Amino acid sequence: MNLNYTAEELAFRDEVRAFLDEKLPADIAAKVKGFRRLSKEDHQRWQKILNEQGWYATHWPEEYGGVNWSPVQKHIWDEESSRYGAPRSVPFGVNMVAPVIIKFGTEEQKQRYLPRILTGEDWWCQGYSEPGAGSDLASLKTRAVRDGDHYIVNGQKTWTTLGQHANMIFCLVRTNTEVKAQEGISFLLMDMDTPGITVRPIITLDGEHEVNEVFFEDVKVPVENLVGEEDKGWTYAKYLLTYERTGLAGIGISKAALQHLKELATRRTKNGRPLIEDASFSQRIAKVEIDLMAASISNLRIIASVEGGGMPGAESSMLKVRGTEIRQTINDLARRAIGPYAIPFVEEEMDLDYDGDFLSDENAAPVTPQYFNNRKLSIFGGSNEIQKNIVSKMILGL
Amino acid sequence: MDFRLNEEQQMLQDTVARLVRGEYSFEKRLEYSESELGFSADFWKQLGELGLTAVPFPEELGGFGGTGVEVQSVMTELGRGLCIEPYLQSVVLGGGLISQAGNSEQHEQWLGGIASGETQAAVGLQEPQSFYDLNDVEARAEKSGDGYVLNGRKAVVIGGHCADVLVVSARTSGDSRDADGISLFLISADAEGLDHRTYPTIDGSKGSDLFLNNVKLGPDALLGEEGKAAEVIEYQAGRAISALCGEAVGAMEVACDLTLEYLKQRKQFGVPIGKFQVLQHRMVDMMSELEQARSMAILAASVADEPQSDERRRILAAAKNVIGRSGQFISEQGVQSHGGIGMTWEYNFAHYAKRLVMINHQLGDDDFHLERFAALLQ
Ligand SMILES: Cc1cc2nc3c(=O)[nH]c(=O)nc-3n(C[C@H](O)[C@H](O)[C@H](O)COP(=O)(O)OP(=O)(O)OC[C@H]3O[C@@H](n4cnc5c(N)ncnc54)[C@H](O)[C@@H]3O)c2cc1C
Ligand SMILES: Cc1cc2nc3c(=O)[nH]c(=O)nc-3n(C[C@H](O)[C@H](O)[C@H](O)COP(=O)(O)OP(=O)(O)OC[C@H]3O[C@@H](n4cnc5c(N)ncnc54)[C@H](O)[C@@H]3O)c2cc1C
Repeated sequence: MNLNYTAEELAFRDEVRAFLDEKLPADIAAKVKGFRRLSKEDHQRWQKILNEQGWYATHWPEEYGGVNWSPVQKHIWDEESSRYGAPRSVPFGVNMVAPVIIKFGTEEQKQRYLPRILTGEDWWCQGYSEPGAGSDLASLKTRAVRDGDHYIVNGQKTWTTLGQHANMIFCLVRTNTEVKAQEGISFLLMDMDTPGITVRPIITLDGEHEVNEVFFEDVKVPVENLVGEEDKGWTYAKYLLTYERTGLAGIGISKAALQHLKELATRRTKNGRPLIEDASFSQRIAKVEIDLMAASISNLRIIASVEGGGMPGAESSMLKVRGTEIRQTINDLARRAIGPYAIPFVEEEMDLDYDGDFLSDENAAPVTPQYFNNRKLSIFGGSNEIQKNIVSKMILGL
Repeated sequence: MDFRLNEEQQMLQDTVARLVRGEYSFEKRLEYSESELGFSADFWKQLGELGLTAVPFPEELGGFGGTGVEVQSVMTELGRGLCIEPYLQSVVLGGGLISQAGNSEQHEQWLGGIASGETQAAVGLQEPQSFYDLNDVEARAEKSGDGYVLNGRKAVVIGGHCADVLVVSARTSGDSRDADGISLFLISADAEGLDHRTYPTIDGSKGSDLFLNNVKLGPDALLGEEGKAAEVIEYQAGRAISALCGEAVGAMEVACDLTLEYLKQRKQFGVPIGKFQVLQHRMVDMMSELEQARSMAILAASVADEPQSDERRRILAAAKNVIGRSGQFISEQGVQSHGGIGMTWEYNFAHYAKRLVMINHQLGDDDFHLERFAALLQ
């Protein structure tokens, strides 16, 4: 047993740090660290820098412009980039649709879409969920009917994250109603500008516009936009979900959030002393830090087990549950740390170019909205209940 | 022993319930919330006309002489409707502080208006550094002639932006966190040197931080005995905690009803999601949290207007601890049981979820009251 990085891995970490020191724009890092809003332009600026470095597509094969890092290297990157306040890449293009295209797509699809993902020309969103198909994704109803060299698509997707920025959407659609639900689904790529597609915002409880409804009315999609075989979309979707789940534990983000919490608790006061010196509050912080320490080792154990290739199994479901609970606890403590100032909703202070006085603390304004927004962590990417169902079925045989 | 409301109390609660049902649809609430005032002037007026703002005041003022029980009856229904009018601030706290500490001229000047709803009061008892400790007062009141000059800042004054009169604490002697040396002052909204920073709140109402810059006050602005306000503040905060318990129970009832209804109606995997045992048990846990909260609200109401004692302190700390925890539990687990829909602005459940968590940040959260309770362990 050896819990240390190898010499090569340490050298890689130094390289990552040097890159982040030099290239990560300070204004973007300040936004990420203060949990402020990132614009589409912020994401694109950082993506361009990463792409120039050749580090944008970390798990693509090199022939398509990826770096093909080992799981440990990816882990080092996640930890370091979170610690520095680099934005998480919006996953829908680079981490979701791309692996599916690489594994199941045609050569033309690879040539057409992959370079555009690298350069940021295309912004993808994920059209899986529907009003009637959430946890029970296979019950989806959006219909695609073959008509010559096109599909005609009708139906509705919902909860489409950042769909308002996207020009491309990958969808699960029903192409066959005669067979078992899972067997009649296809994986279809669509240009959001196609006539018949309408995007409507959904405002979440924190007042943000992050998710959308997407409506399809007689949308004509060329058949060459089908990925893989017709009616085999469920297989591809499941392949993608395993990819999605591994990143969802958010260990690196939790470490950064914990740091943020400690800074907040150092500046806020109770009984005339910094809150972090308060016995009961510091113990609450300590408890979540200990949980995070354990979860981060669990994360490394999973990483080490797939170092030789392959995908993590159902253990990543347990880690997703733990990881999201930990992050939600950190958000809860940050809200507690600002006491009565959890109540004001000072939206203007959530923009980085705000140059007025801060109502209480420079990092306080996003705290309560973030707490409410992150209730989503235990709902999306397969709700925590569904993850536990997976563990009891796959690991426990129940 | 009888835990039921008597006939009069039940009639009172029914009156409020009818009014809220008629005037406070979810859509209207959003409109009220987004208005400049931040609540409905018309609804407030109706609360006044029906005598509801007078409930805790004596009969001479058109009131019911109501105790904690009557106040909770009103607050529970306001909680069910998620009403954002400043009843707690103006009637319970503002009116309560003036009643207890004021002299007859001050009673005459203010209480009639507060009881009828024509005058709106707000209270500034917290400060940026104070966390939830109401004795942590750094705002200063210096003697000047026969009056006072006030300097300092009061934090998160709900309804402060539009109140006619502000009741604020300031130090006339002593050090930052001494109980001794705190005084209460009445400041009219147009006082020179009084500035506001106004903001909406997470849960849909409005408030402000008050900046006191050489606010000059006459001798009649001092409320109660100089330097002796800590006890009054603690007592009235206790009444307000009992009132908040009522509001919280009302909001929790609706949050639980909405969740239960959704569990029956939402289908996934071909069955209502309420068929999944994990959600059934969670719903049971939510209901039993609500029952815990109901019990503590009843207990709190029973001591709210009793003379101060360690037993009253213990009960009120315990009650606020329980509603803080149960409110957060019902909020979080209710959202989770709904899935994505529970997080959306256009669905009323999400607004109950927010209010329930914000109640924990008013007058001390569950941690704060756990400490208070622990300090009084017998
Ligand atoms: C902020 C946000 C962003 C999202 N982004 C996207 C996106 O970009 N693209 C996309 O396609 N989707 C997205 N989603 C959708 C997300 O994947 C779904 O919300 C999720 O699958 C849950 O579905 P649902 O909301 O319909 O809840 P439901 O499936 O209706 O679940 C309601 C409750 O029932 C429980 N439940 C359901 N089935 C079972 C069972 N068998 N056993 C036990 N409990 C069960 C759930 O755990 C939950 O507690 C997003 C959601 C949110 C909130
Ligand atoms: C100290 C003690 C004293 C007792 N005294 C008496 C007595 O005086 N007279 C008498 O007749 N009996 C007595 N009992 C027996 C007691 O009533 C049973 O233990 C009890 O009914 C549970 O049955 P079981 O032990 O067979 O567990 P099981 O019924 O086998 O249950 C095992 C586990 O499965 C869970 N479970 C079972 N069904 C479900 C379901 N549908 N959904 C979810 N979870 C489920 C249970 O909650 C439990 O966690 C006593 C038991 C103990 C431990």
